[in-house]
Amino acid sequence: MSSKAIILVGGGTRGTRFRPLSLDIPKVLFPVAGRPIISHALSALATVPSIKEVLLIGFYDDSVFKDFLTEAAKEFPQFSIKYLREYRALGTAGGLYHFRDAILKGHPYRLFVIHADVCSSFPLAEMLSMFEEKEAKAVILGTRVEPQFASNFGCIVMDPATKKVIHYVEKPESHISNLINGGVYLFDRSIFDVIAAARNARAEQARDDPSEDEDAQEVLRLEQDILVRLAQTDGFYVYETRGFWRQIKTAGSAVPANALYLQKLFQTDIDAPHLARASATIVPPVYIDPTASVDPTAKLGPNVSVGPRARVGAGARVKEAILLEDTEVKHDACVLYSILARGVKVGAWARVEGSHITPADHSTVTFKNGVRVQSVSILAQDVVVGDEVRLQNCVVLPHKEIKSDVENEVIM
Amino acid sequence: MKGLILVGGYGTRLRPLTLTLPKPLVEFGNKPMILHQVESLAAAGVTDIVLAVNYRPEIMVAALKKYEELYNITITFSVETEPLGTAGPLKLAADVLQKDDSPFFVLNSDIICDYPFQQLAEFHRSHGGEATIVATKVEEPSKYGVIVHKPNTIGQIDRFVEKPVEFVGNRINAGIYILNPSVVDRIELRPTSIEKETFPSLAKDGSLYSFDLEGYWMDVGQPKDFLSGTCLYLTSLAKKGSKLLTPTTEEFVHGGNVLIDPSAKIGKNCRIGPNVTIGPNVVVGDGVRLQRCVILQGSRVRDHAWVKSSIVGWNSTVGRWARLEGVTVLGDDVTVADEVYVNGGSVLPHKTITSNIETPSIIM
Repeated sequence: MSSKAIILVGGGTRGTRFRPLSLDIPKVLFPVAGRPIISHALSALATVPSIKEVLLIGFYDDSVFKDFLTEAAKEFPQFSIKYLREYRALGTAGGLYHFRDAILKGHPYRLFVIHADVCSSFPLAEMLSMFEEKEAKAVILGTRVEPQFASNFGCIVMDPATKKVIHYVEKPESHISNLINGGVYLFDRSIFDVIAAARNARAEQARDDPSEDEDAQEVLRLEQDILVRLAQTDGFYVYETRGFWRQIKTAGSAVPANALYLQKLFQTDIDAPHLARASATIVPPVYIDPTASVDPTAKLGPNVSVGPRARVGAGARVKEAILLEDTEVKHDACVLYSILARGVKVGAWARVEGSHITPADHSTVTFKNGVRVQSVSILAQDVVVGDEVRLQNCVVLPHKEIKSDVENEVIM
Repeated sequence: MKGLILVGGYGTRLRPLTLTLPKPLVEFGNKPMILHQVESLAAAGVTDIVLAVNYRPEIMVAALKKYEELYNITITFSVETEPLGTAGPLKLAADVLQKDDSPFFVLNSDIICDYPFQQLAEFHRSHGGEATIVATKVEEPSKYGVIVHKPNTIGQIDRFVEKPVEFVGNRINAGIYILNPSVVDRIELRPTSIEKETFPSLAKDGSLYSFDLEGYWMDVGQPKDFLSGTCLYLTSLAKKGSKLLTPTTEEFVHGGNVLIDPSAKIGKNCRIGPNVTIGPNVVVGDGVRLQRCVILQGSRVRDHAWVKSSIVGWNSTVGRWARLEGVTVLGDDVTVADEVYVNGGSVLPHKTITSNIETPSIIM
């Protein structure tokens, strides 16, 4: 029985929280652990043999994914990958409904739907088993978070004996459950009936209240509009993952996501391509692109990705960081808990530093002397940090040159 | 000739360094502070030195014993049982200071300058007054007690104006004097201030003169000034073409004014200077950047560390890629872990710092 997968990629007017990194690259193509965020989801889908087609749905310009799709076609010969562009933001469920003919073409029996900003071990096989075993209409990936973070997510109440979803609330004001929506779903074809019903209900509502504009009527969100409905029907189950999970929402969250994917890679395949071997100067996991040059006296890791043509000088130190292509870290410099976007240069004996952040911490802000600051320092494209300069908990917008020490600031 | 050095108490302003060594023994420019003064006094022909202290640490007695032999001088401790101010200690040491008719020097132990004892003594004898104060020029006289001279004299002092609101002069008391033994008779054995009581009375009698100090002058009683004073001292050594300084032709020297003990080891690809002193047996790793800092005896600065405007106390370790700045002072045997940033930390002895100190604070 064939399956299809849909990855919801969003669009340029969304994902603003990923700025300044999304100013020059769509979030889903931002590399963590050496690969675009979306590729990690594709790799997981590639382990499900029944999937023959993957559809990316979003509202970016077609050209944005052109090169990526060419590369992905080579990397994933087992399925075809297409990009379907919404003419405008229709909401996550609205987009699915709009492309229902394309999705249902070939009569897929099951549909995986994945939010592209999820960083997870993607236990798709387990979700499939549950789907079969329960004869479910829908299975949602659930994950536990610390209670203080739960209200930032969709909260699931399940029947512990049957794993059936009995209640779903998106971002509740009070504490309902710390089992949250992991943004990965498995539906059968009847999901479109549920969306249709939601559309009808919306249309009826609009007749009663004509003040709502017509465009807004078409916008349907998977979480608020559909899952809440599904929870009232039979056949909606939750698979609670014991694997890792976190959302890549803010730019800073790319650092813990990078750490999680690198650790997973290191733990499953210590000899994976481009993973540097442990040594006096390598604390694994460290990913180094083959075109990057790293001085043997530089110390890297843990949880470092070094992109194409990046240069790391003698005696430099890089820890918990992402260095994109064409970045340069000069000799004796120190880069900790930071992201250096394309073309960033860090001077000799400079120090670029964020705060310690753990993968289980779902917040990417921290408080310094009562002031809210970004945990991770983010230097956008082509930023230059002078020799011996220290930057801490800063976000720097593209093309800035930093000549004196700065901390706890956003630099426009 | 004789000299009295006002050492005073526990040197609390220079903690955490003075928790380990009495202030006069803390190395300034790789030499105990008091040795700068003892050497200069001995060179000017002083044979009897009195240290006015209000406590008497054994370690100081032992250290000074060594200098007695080295310079062929006699050093005695005059211990106050109660604080006697800046004049009282002179009275307490009257038996030494008045043992003959020759004038004696008095100096505050925190003052660093090119001590002009020889010329001072000559000037003092030439004018025939009872006392001569060394005067230094300052940029902001409104913060000090300013000397006002009698018109048409060579340095005869008329009066002092404390924190003048309008400009009356820019010379202040530099804390170094030469006095006739008769001055001791003017002092009573009680807490008295030489600046506030003895000098004004001498000025009134027309018996007080001032002598202009050439070059630098600094009170190095607290860490911030200790670092500034170190810069001035090293600059002065450079001006004199001192052989003590590491030649600027050395590859790692950057901007000059670098004083390194011969027993210290410096790694590869370092950039050191300007204004750095490195004490005996210090080990500096590879790729280290040091500027405007003092590294005391037996410390280790590990690879790729960065230190600026800081004092690294004895036997301490600065970890790899660590960064110290903002008048950070590490006491004896402190360890700063790899990659840690310390800004303005005052770290008491035997502590290990494993996480960043981003705002100035005292680590007990």
